[in-house]
Order: sequence, then C-alpha cells, then structure tokens
Amino acid sequence: MKRIVIHEEHCIGCRLCEVYCLVAHSTSRDIIKAFKTERKTVMPRVLVEEDGPISFALQCRQCQDPSCLEACISGAMHRDERTGAIICDESRCVGCWMCIMVCPVGAIQQNLLGTQVASKCDLCYFADVPACVANCPNEGLTYEVIDEEARL
Amino acid sequence: MKVVIVGNSAAAVGVVEAMRAQDQRAQIMMISEEPHPIYSRPLLDHYLAAKIPRARLAYRSADFYTRHDVTPLLETRVVALDTAARCVTTADGRSIDYERLVICTGGAPIVPPVDGREAQGVFTFARLGDIEGIDRLIASQQVHSAVVVGAGMIGIKATDALSRRGIRVTMLELAPRILSAALDDAASAILAARLQSAGVDVRTGNTVTAINSTHGRVSSVTLQDGGELAAQLVVFGIGVRPNVALVSGTDIAVNRGIIVDRTMRTTVSDIYAAGDVAEAYDLVVDMNRIVAIWPNAYRQGAIAGAQIVGLDAHDRGGVAMNAIEVQGLAAMAIGSANAEGAEYEVLCEGDPVAERYKRLVLQDGRLVGAILVGQINRAGVYTGLIRTRMDVSAYRKQLMGDGFGLLSLPEHYRKHIVTGQGIEV
Repeated sequence: MKRIVIHEEHCIGCRLCEVYCLVAHSTSRDIIKAFKTERKTVMPRVLVEEDGPISFALQCRQCQDPSCLEACISGAMHRDERTGAIICDESRCVGCWMCIMVCPVGAIQQNLLGTQVASKCDLCYFADVPACVANCPNEGLTYEVIDEEARL
Repeated sequence: MKVVIVGNSAAAVGVVEAMRAQDQRAQIMMISEEPHPIYSRPLLDHYLAAKIPRARLAYRSADFYTRHDVTPLLETRVVALDTAARCVTTADGRSIDYERLVICTGGAPIVPPVDGREAQGVFTFARLGDIEGIDRLIASQQVHSAVVVGAGMIGIKATDALSRRGIRVTMLELAPRILSAALDDAASAILAARLQSAGVDVRTGNTVTAINSTHGRVSSVTLQDGGELAAQLVVFGIGVRPNVALVSGTDIAVNRGIIVDRTMRTTVSDIYAAGDVAEAYDLVVDMNRIVAIWPNAYRQGAIAGAQIVGLDAHDRGGVAMNAIEVQGLAAMAIGSANAEGAEYEVLCEGDPVAERYKRLVLQDGRLVGAILVGQINRAGVYTGLIRTRMDVSAYRKQLMGDGFGLLSLPEHYRKHIVTGQGIEV
C-alpha cells in the first residue's frame, strides 16, 4: 500500500500540512470557509511536533498490526479495503478514547468540537494524494509505495 | 478443518477475522448462549444512557456471519467438553465435533450472597439482557432511586448511565475510594467529585448487606453501616469471574482462568482460549494473569485464529489498561498505574480544581504505569513506552511536561517508532 513518509530533516514547522488537512476534511473544502465558518467542527488530523529547529509532521502510521483496531469497542475503526488505510467511521465512534490510549505514536486525537469522536488520518481516501503531502512545500512528507515484504 | 468457537464477542470475532484473512476453507461455527448477533458489551452503558441507539450496539455488521462464512449457533449453551473425543455437547443435547476449539466464554458477573437478591429490580451489568431489563424497569417509571454496588469500571459505567437517565444514584464501594483497582487517591478523588457534582451519592467503605422488597420488588437496601436506602433498582457491579465451568474435569489447566501460552493454546494442544476467560501473559507484571479488557480479548482471539490457519503468531503480552469517562471527564489507567512502594518511583502533578492529573510510575528507570485525568491526548505514547520497556530515566521532566509527545523522547526511539513497518524518516 501507499504510505506517508516523514522527512524530519525537510520539515520547517510551517504547519501548512495542518491547514490543508483541515481544509480537505471540511465540508466546503474551501480554505476561507473552512477556517472562518467551519473551524468549530473540523480539526486537522496531522500534528506538527516542534522543538526549536527540530520539527516533523506526524499522522497515523497505518500500522500493519494496528493497536487501535484491536482496542476499538464500537467497530468504528476499520481498514479501508481499497487504500488499506485505517479509518475511523465517525458515525459509529462513541469517543471512548481506547484508540488514543493504545496508539504508540499518539496520532489519534480527541475531536470534541461536535459529537465527540476520535480523529485520525484517513490518507485522504477521497483524493489521489493526501492533502498534507500535496501541500508540503519542502517534501517534508512524501507519499510512497513501500515494499512491506522487503523490509521484514 | 472444523473449528468451533464458544463465544460471540471480541475474542471470537478476532479468531474469525484472523482466520479468514488467510483461509476461506475451514468450517467455522460460533456458539453463543445469547440470542443476539455480535454486539459490543462496552457500549451497553452508552445504550442505557441513550447516547446511542440500539442499532449502534452492533460491533460488526449484520452480515458478519455470512461474509465470513461462519455458522452461528445462538441461544445455545455448551455444557460439556470431551477433549479425547474432540466434541462439545450443548444444553439441548447436541454433540458437535471439532478439530480446533476456541474457548471465548468470557466472565460472569459476581452477585454476592446478599439476602433478598432474588427480588425483582436486582441486576448485574454485563449483558444486553441485563440492560434490557433495567431499561424496561426505568420505562415503567417505577425507578426514582437506584443503588449501584461497586465502584469499579462496571459500577461507574452503570452509575453514569443511570444518572444520565435522571435517576438518583447512590454508589456503594467497600474500598476507601472509587476505581480503587485502577486509580490512586488523587485521581479517584477528582472523579468522585465529578460524580458528586452530577448528583451521585458516592459512599465508600460501605456496601449492601440485605435487599428488602415489597410484593417481590426491591424497595430498599440495608447497608453495612446499619443505614437503609430506599431504592427501586439495585445493580451489582463488583466484578466478574471467568467462565471456566466448561473445562472443569478436563485436562485443561486452570488457575483463576484457563492458562494459555503465547500462542493462546491451552494445555490441550488443539484447544485455545482467548479473552476474559484466558489467563495470558501480561508483560508489565511479567506473568500470566486475567486482564479482562477488550483489546486483549480481540488480540488474543486473533492470535488463536492465526495459529489455527498455520501462522506463527505469538502474543507479545498484554498491558492492563482502561479508559473511562465520568460525566464527561476522561480518565485512563495504564499498566501498574497506581503502584506504590519502595521499588517504584512515582512522578505526579495535578490540579483538582481544573480536574487534571498525571501520575507516572517508573521501575528501574522504565515506565510501568500511567494515570491520566482530564488531558488524555497522546496517552498511547506512554503505553508504547511501557510496552517497549525503554529506559526513560533521563527523560523524567519531558515525560511530565504539558507538551509531551514523540519529540520529548530520544531520537532513536522517535525514529524507530515512526519508521516501523516500512516507514522511513
């Protein structure tokens, strides 16, 4: 499957990935509307960690053996058959935070803006390239097919 | 291959999904005492609280059995197991052969031998049938006050749901604090205060000694301290014991639960156990024990399923953990969360007014437990540290910091954890 690769050495902490992630997951998909009128309900699913000159953008690593999937009590967390992405079906999520408790990279966040749900990267399954990757000015994130077998 | 699974919840689903990921030919049968298709027990309190409709109790979609080519045998109790003949017998006298058996019988709620416990209006809080009974009683508008016995996970969930339904709840706990098995005094006090501010009467160091009824219906309870409380509903949430009756008298070794190895095999090699009935390896305490939580159940089931189809799957071990929400306030306890003693180093800070608290437990420089109240985002990073047993003694300050994240940790760990499984940094 295709995965998002993090290049810490190229990240300048501009947080454009967060901006475009939020837009991509808004209803309007319009940057002005998303921030001016939808900000109360939509949040970015990528998280920039920053400490001085070191920064990187972090989103779900799409584990092969995902802890969040085994911990989900509602069945909301599932693997999308087409993209292979682990997706939280927010219409089924009850916001119990079990997934947050087990994600070793801390890539799932509480979305308390509307109905409480777990918020995570869905690899922008509706687009060819995830918004964070497409809008990174420095290739701090890339989208690549990884040969899983070769790495084992 | 003929595989029989006794059970119909998380562990059983784990078995099926892991098997069908590899193999479409094996015959799989799931046998369940309950009449319901697969549902999520941890969602029962959400349903009782009317936070979700009944349809959302479904843990897997209605076509699970057909999609995975599984024969469900519902409303069927397995009463006997013959490990030599490789067959199980059901309560209605049927004999069912297996080549591999997976025991996912879970646990049964404990009802203490209190006088009057057979009165109408006395419930446990484990199965959909219990919740339906409570719901019917509430719908009949006969319930004004309820007594919940036990302030563990189940007791808290029951209390929270009932109070959201507008019922006045008294919660009784014999221990000196609520959630005593998971939390320390400080965390427990914050959650107790939240319950009290929602109108719950929290009484510790007390329990029920008798249930009194009028015309067969609960009318009050007598307390250990001699007091009496009017109540039309009593819920026991004091714990569960593993359902091991099926294996008694067989060669399968049982301690508190059915003893399994890292492949979820019991001491009889063609029989596996998974979930709340299994006594499996816990990596924090480095021994086998029952940790009756959903993630362990699913994972153990999946390991058994993978083994059955010939994969070399091994459990890395479980970590005891729980997430709970009390009247909207989130809390988590992970690993040896409330451990105390000379062998542990405890880091903690909190603000009871802001309802925030963090407690980390280190042993020999390694993180072994965490309690988080209020701020729980990124909790899994602590869980990851507990699992990997990394030496964090040089990172105490970062671990406790408000902005805790992967950047708080050494570069090699950060890169290791985001690069696993084909991801490079």
